[in-house]
Amino acid sequence: MEKEVKYIIEVEDMTVAYNVKPVLWDIDLKIPKGVLMAIIGPNGAGKSTLIKAMLDLIKPVSGNVSFNGKSYKEERKHIGYVPQSESVDWDFPASVLDVVLMGRYGKLGWFKRPKEEDRKKSLEALEKVDMGEFVDRQISELSGGQQQRVFLARALVQEADIYFMDEPFKGVDAKTEVAIMNILKDLKNQGKTVIVVHHDLQTVEHYFDWVTLLNTQLIVSGPVKEVYTEENLNKAYRSKGKILRR
Amino acid sequence: MDIFTLIFTDYTLRIVSIGSMLLGIIAGILGSFAVVRKESLLGDAISHAALPGIAVVYLITQTKNTEVLLFGALLSGVLATFLILSIEKYSRIKFDSSLALVLSVFFGAGMVLLTYIQKMPDANQAGLESFIYGQASTLLKRDINLMLIVGGILVFLIVLFWKEFKLISFDSQYAEILGFSSKKITILLSTMIVISIVIGLQSVGVILMSAMLTAPAVAARQWTNKLSKMVVLSGFFGGISGIIGTLISSMVSNLPTGPTIVLTISIIVILSLAFAPNRGLVWKRIKEKESRRNIDKNQLLFNIYELALNHENIYHSHSIDTIKPDTNRDRESTNILIGRLSGLEDDGLIKRDYFDHWHITEDGISYVENNLLKEGY
Amino acid sequence: MNPELEIQMIAVIVAVASSLPGVFLVLRRMAMMTDAITHTILLGIVIAFFITGSLTSPLLVVGAAIMGLLTVFLTEVLNNTNLMSKDSAIGIVFPLLFSIAIILISKYAGSVHLDTDSVLLGQIEFAPFDRIIIGGKDFGPRAIYMMGTILVINLVFVVAFFKELKIVTFDPALAAVLGITPTLIHYMLMGVVSVTAVGAFEAVGSILVIAFMVGPPVTAYLLTDDLKKMIVFSSIIGALNGVIGFNIAMQADVSIAGTMAVVTGITFGLVFIFAPKKGLITTMNRRRVQKKQFAANSLLFHILNHEREDDVDYHNSISNIEVNLNWHKGYLDKIIDSLMDNKQIIIENNIIYLTDEGREYSIKSYEDIVGSLKGAYLS
Repeated sequence: MEKEVKYIIEVEDMTVAYNVKPVLWDIDLKIPKGVLMAIIGPNGAGKSTLIKAMLDLIKPVSGNVSFNGKSYKEERKHIGYVPQSESVDWDFPASVLDVVLMGRYGKLGWFKRPKEEDRKKSLEALEKVDMGEFVDRQISELSGGQQQRVFLARALVQEADIYFMDEPFKGVDAKTEVAIMNILKDLKNQGKTVIVVHHDLQTVEHYFDWVTLLNTQLIVSGPVKEVYTEENLNKAYRSKGKILRR
Repeated sequence: MDIFTLIFTDYTLRIVSIGSMLLGIIAGILGSFAVVRKESLLGDAISHAALPGIAVVYLITQTKNTEVLLFGALLSGVLATFLILSIEKYSRIKFDSSLALVLSVFFGAGMVLLTYIQKMPDANQAGLESFIYGQASTLLKRDINLMLIVGGILVFLIVLFWKEFKLISFDSQYAEILGFSSKKITILLSTMIVISIVIGLQSVGVILMSAMLTAPAVAARQWTNKLSKMVVLSGFFGGISGIIGTLISSMVSNLPTGPTIVLTISIIVILSLAFAPNRGLVWKRIKEKESRRNIDKNQLLFNIYELALNHENIYHSHSIDTIKPDTNRDRESTNILIGRLSGLEDDGLIKRDYFDHWHITEDGISYVENNLLKEGY
Repeated sequence: MNPELEIQMIAVIVAVASSLPGVFLVLRRMAMMTDAITHTILLGIVIAFFITGSLTSPLLVVGAAIMGLLTVFLTEVLNNTNLMSKDSAIGIVFPLLFSIAIILISKYAGSVHLDTDSVLLGQIEFAPFDRIIIGGKDFGPRAIYMMGTILVINLVFVVAFFKELKIVTFDPALAAVLGITPTLIHYMLMGVVSVTAVGAFEAVGSILVIAFMVGPPVTAYLLTDDLKKMIVFSSIIGALNGVIGFNIAMQADVSIAGTMAVVTGITFGLVFIFAPKKGLITTMNRRRVQKKQFAANSLLFHILNHEREDDVDYHNSISNIEVNLNWHKGYLDKIIDSLMDNKQIIIENNIIYLTDEGREYSIKSYEDIVGSLKGAYLS
């Protein structure tokens, strides 16, 4: 049955290359509104590159992305981002609250200072990710999972409609995993669209309702129940054996 | 006449002290950003690379006006930065090699120009050479005015762009996401750092400038975890080392000002590294000693309990090193440990077998299961 | 031998002696340690001078070498406290030691003339005047013998430990597995650097030591991938820089050491731009060609991808391609032209179609680049 789906993000013919090696090649992707989508693929398959290209952090060789029919620049204030925690130097003199407050800078724009309201929202976000006790903690004293949760809180205070997350579950402790999952469920219930680069094949079905299999090219994209099959995974990972432990 | 009276009466000394103080403050404030962005050595390279700019401007304008010479230094510094980054970007040469290359070539060029100027009939290049080792004693009131203006502008910009500078220094990619132009902000901040270097050259010279950019910030970092406090403290440290260094060098004969200032700030760094709370090395030692004293009796008992569960015979005994593994334990800690274990034995919860092997008793087992497990061990 | 020739000889010896450790410093990303060490050896020289009372005692070399190693050690210690970054550690240690040296000199050695120029630039001009005369026979400038000895030491070091240096530089993990302690090699290398810096210091001053240790090696780095060749090229380039620099300086009557540093920079600049494989011009050309080729392949592949679809008119029409690929019309036209020249596409009704050659080519080039997916594509 053809359901009328509203696509909130459309990627057309996107190609990203490093010299002559394509990292992403001719990707056409439509992401419906309100899904909790995983991007899966082998290492080097272009997963992080895809979201970075969509976020205008990397310049593609060709292709374009539209958000709600508009360009990224126009819709930027509705888009939140949780990068990998390795992307930053955690010895920087800042507290957990400092970092989360940075998520509000987009709304403040140039020059303006964070206000009481921004502080309040940051504290709320920290509570949501179960980091409420660490508000004034120096970020160098955090564990990997705690750092990830701080980044998550920072994205939450952006109050976006679309969230991009780059391997948020990688290397985190069980407590963090639960916290992140709850947030994702919460966001979905609020009707947000969440796109997550994910590394763990076994948990895709538990956590996500939509999945995109990527290996430089788009293998398939659709509801988990329909497209997350052994056959498609084998195409993505170019293997002949069993990939899923069911 | 003691030194403090001298400050108020001796005009030159006052000017020089204030000048050095201002330069120290500026270097300290901007240096905080350089250090946090790991650009200390870039600052070193830019300092050295400023020399030819100064010489060229002098050759063209034939004036020794500070502003003019400093402008030349600024151009030279900016050019050097551009070359360093370009070399790294467009070849496989790494950043540190790029720095060392540009540093030495530019500085060499500067020296060539200085020796050329030396031969000129009118030459009085003593003024120019002062940029190599610093010559705070040649500071004039108009130089102070220049510093106040420049310093004021720099501080104003930092306050204005505070959150932007903080943001791109911490996570420039995320800054782009939020809609800030990381490139533009970085260029602004970098230019401000170059200006602070160029201005500071007058007090300590090109060779030692990297210390004024780095040391106050590193010292300040030990005392605080907040960037705002670090910047203020760094400016403070820079300022007082400027004053103290200048005063000491004027009191003691044959003590050049630049190196004395650097010596002062170095001492401040060493003291900070040693004694600052939470990070300081002395502090850490004290904490370690304290934690040794607090080896927890309950934790020990629980460990023994857990170990017992590993064996069919729950009265299997274990050595101290199995009970509490610790590669760093010294003799004092071991004695304390044995004391604690003896205490547990007195309570009937464990028993010593031979030498230092211990096993749990029935009473010990029930204590753990009825008390400790409930407490969430 | 006339003085000019002697000076050039000294310059060449210094250049070659510096290249040997310099290559490894550059490859190990320790170039800025040369900046630190060349400044701090002054303190070693000063202390040794206070002990021996003479400016020519060999103890000066020892003292300076020790100070060089101390600099490295202190930097490591500071870095290991985890209270600051590595570059901050360097930026604090060497100015401190250098300041102490200057203070000691100003305060206690005022009678000994140590003018700033000679510290920074050396006194290669005067080297011919400082000769070794034994039993009335003139053996030549002392500098030649001292630097010559250092050159031999460096040569022996590099040859004897070549394998170890190579492994430790390129694969420290493997080195550890093979039982080669990187730390030992590291400090030995730094010792060699310090000794070289001291010897060269007198001749050419601290700045040129940096230029000679870093300049020729990075220039050679742009000319070859082979470690042995890099060392040889570096030595030759360094020697040339020295000779050319000397001659220009004599013409213009300016600082010899400074000119040699500048010539080092110019040589580097020329190689940077014009080097056959890694030079700027060659690289940019190559990139341009590759980019165009890749864009053409992308377009072909795009056509291939959408060929079989029902809405092929949408995807493969020129106007839509322009929008979807987000290419400028001029750029797109150029690519289309080149593809048509290669007979890989034809255009009908403003829609692009692959020719048979075009299809074959694009499948093949896709496989070449990405690996075989022929089966997957055709299925």
